[in-house]
Amino acid sequence: MSPVLFWAFTLLMLAFGASVVLNRNPVASALSLVGSFLCLAALFVGLDAFFIAVIQVLVYAGAVMVLFLFIIMLLDLKAEQRRRFNPVALVGGAAVSGAFVAFLLHVLKSFPAGSQAFPNLGVERLDDVRLVGFALFNHFNLPFQTVGVLVLVASIGVVVLSRRELK
Amino acid sequence: MALLNDIPWFLIAASVAKTLFLIFLVVLPLVSYTVYAERRVSALIQDRLGPNRTGFPISLFGFKKDLQLVLGGLGQPIADAVKFLLKEDFTPGHVNKVYFWMAPVLAMVPALSTLAVLPFGNYMFGQKMVVADVNVGILYVFAIASIGVYGIVLAGWSSNSKYPFLGGIRASSQMISYELSLGLSAVPVLMILGNLNLSDAIDYQVKNGWLLLPFTDGNLTLRELLLWVPVLISFIVFSISMFAETNRLPFDLPESETELVAGYHTEYSSMKFALFFLGEYAAMIAGSSVITVLFLGGWHIPFLPVNTLESSMTAPGAVLGLVHITAFFAKVAVLLGIFIWVRWTLPRFRFDQLMKLGWLYLFEIALVNIFITAAILALVR
Repeated sequence: MSPVLFWAFTLLMLAFGASVVLNRNPVASALSLVGSFLCLAALFVGLDAFFIAVIQVLVYAGAVMVLFLFIIMLLDLKAEQRRRFNPVALVGGAAVSGAFVAFLLHVLKSFPAGSQAFPNLGVERLDDVRLVGFALFNHFNLPFQTVGVLVLVASIGVVVLSRRELK
Repeated sequence: MALLNDIPWFLIAASVAKTLFLIFLVVLPLVSYTVYAERRVSALIQDRLGPNRTGFPISLFGFKKDLQLVLGGLGQPIADAVKFLLKEDFTPGHVNKVYFWMAPVLAMVPALSTLAVLPFGNYMFGQKMVVADVNVGILYVFAIASIGVYGIVLAGWSSNSKYPFLGGIRASSQMISYELSLGLSAVPVLMILGNLNLSDAIDYQVKNGWLLLPFTDGNLTLRELLLWVPVLISFIVFSISMFAETNRLPFDLPESETELVAGYHTEYSSMKFALFFLGEYAAMIAGSSVITVLFLGGWHIPFLPVNTLESSMTAPGAVLGLVHITAFFAKVAVLLGIFIWVRWTLPRFRFDQLMKLGWLYLFEIALVNIFITAAILALVR
C-alpha cells in the first residue's frame, strides 16, 4: 500500500473517530462511526485483505450501524444535544484514554516483529474466502458452532425479554 | 501490450479510462433514457402518448415557432436535465442543512460504485473489461448495496418533517429485511460456481451454459437439469428482493405518493431531487447487471467465439469485444424493461404485507433452497 494512501486513510479514520466522541448530535456521531469503519476497510484493502474489508463494510457499516441509526432516529434523542460538558468526566475520560494509549505504545515498542515490513504475498490473487472457510470449518469447527448456538440463545432471549415488557 | 500492463501508470490510466467510459458514456445516458423509456412505456400501458416531441426552444430568441426535429421524444432527457440544473435550488428553512445536502450524494454514489466490480465485457485492446477484478466481487456488491440505505434514511431524517421521516424509517426497515433474502438467494448460485469472483462466474457460464438457461452451451446433463430447479427458485427470489432493495413498485413504500406525498424526497427540489432520481435508476441498472452476471451469462452470446487476451488486440477481436459489451447492456436493457413493465402493472403492497413477504416467505424459501442445492451438488456428480 502506498504510504500516502495509508496516512490519508489513517488520519481520516482518526478524525472520524474523534468526531464520534465530540459530536453532540447522536445521528452525527453514528455517521462518523460509519465513516471511520469505511476508512478502516480501506486500510484492509491496502493490506490485500479484501475479504475482511468487505465484511467490515457489510456487517458494521451496512447492517449494525443502519440498525443503530434506525433506533436513534426513532427515539429522537434531543436531550443529548442540550447536555453540558461535565469537566470531571472530561478529565477522567482523558486520563483513562491517555493511560490506555501510553500502555499500548509501551507494548508495541517491546514487540520487535511489529517494526518490520511484511514480505509481499508473491501471488497475484489469493482466494481468501476459501482459505477463511477452510480454517473456520476444519480447525475451529466446534468453537464456530458454539458461537452460533450462543448467538441464537441471545437473540431468543432478547425476544422473550422484550415481549414480557409489552404486557 | 501485455508488457504495458506491468507499468503502474498504464494500469491506473486504463482503470480511469474504463471508469469514465462506464459512467459517462454508458450508465448516465442509460439512466436518462431509462427514465424516458419509463415515461413512454407507462404512457403505452395507460393508453396515452407520453413525451413524443421535444424541440429546440428557439421561440425564446424571437422566432415564431420552436424548431422541431425528427428525433421525436428522444431529446426529452436532455431537456429534463437542463430543466433540473436551471431550477432554483431551494433549501427549506426547517431542515438539518449539512445532512440535507449530503443525502442526495449518498444516494447516488453507492449505486455507481457497485459497477466497479461488474465485468461488462470480455477482453478488448488487451484489457479486461472490468474496473476492479477482485476475488470478493459479489460480496462487494452486497456491501455497497447495504450502504445505499444511508442516503434515503438521511434524507428522511434531515428533512425534519413527518412524511419524509416516515419514508426514511420505512426505507431502512425494508432494505435491511430484503438484504437477507437477497444475500441468501445468491448463495446457491455461488455454491454452483464455487467462486465469488464475477469474471470467473461468467467464464463458468461460457463453459457450462448460462445458469438460468443451461442448454446454451449445446448440451444438457442430468446434473444441470437438476440444478436448474434451485437456480430458478433463487433467480425469482433474487429478482423480487432486488425490486425491494431498489424501492421499485410494487415495493416503493418509502416514497408511496398516496400516503407520504413523495416519501423521503418530499422536501427536495431541482438537482438534489434529480440526484435521488438518478440514484434510483443507477441502482436499478446495477441490480440488473448483477442479475445478468449471475444468471444470464453476462456478456456471453451462445455459439459466438470468445475473445482471448491475445486475439483482442487484432481488429476482429476488438469488434468482438464491442459485440460482447453491447450484448451485456442489451441484456441489462431487457431487465430494465421488465422493471418498468412490473411498475406499471402491479399495485403497491401494504407495509405489513411487504414485511410478511420478506420475512415469512422469501427468507425461508431462500434458506431451504441452499439445502436443496447442497444435496444435489453432493449426490449428483
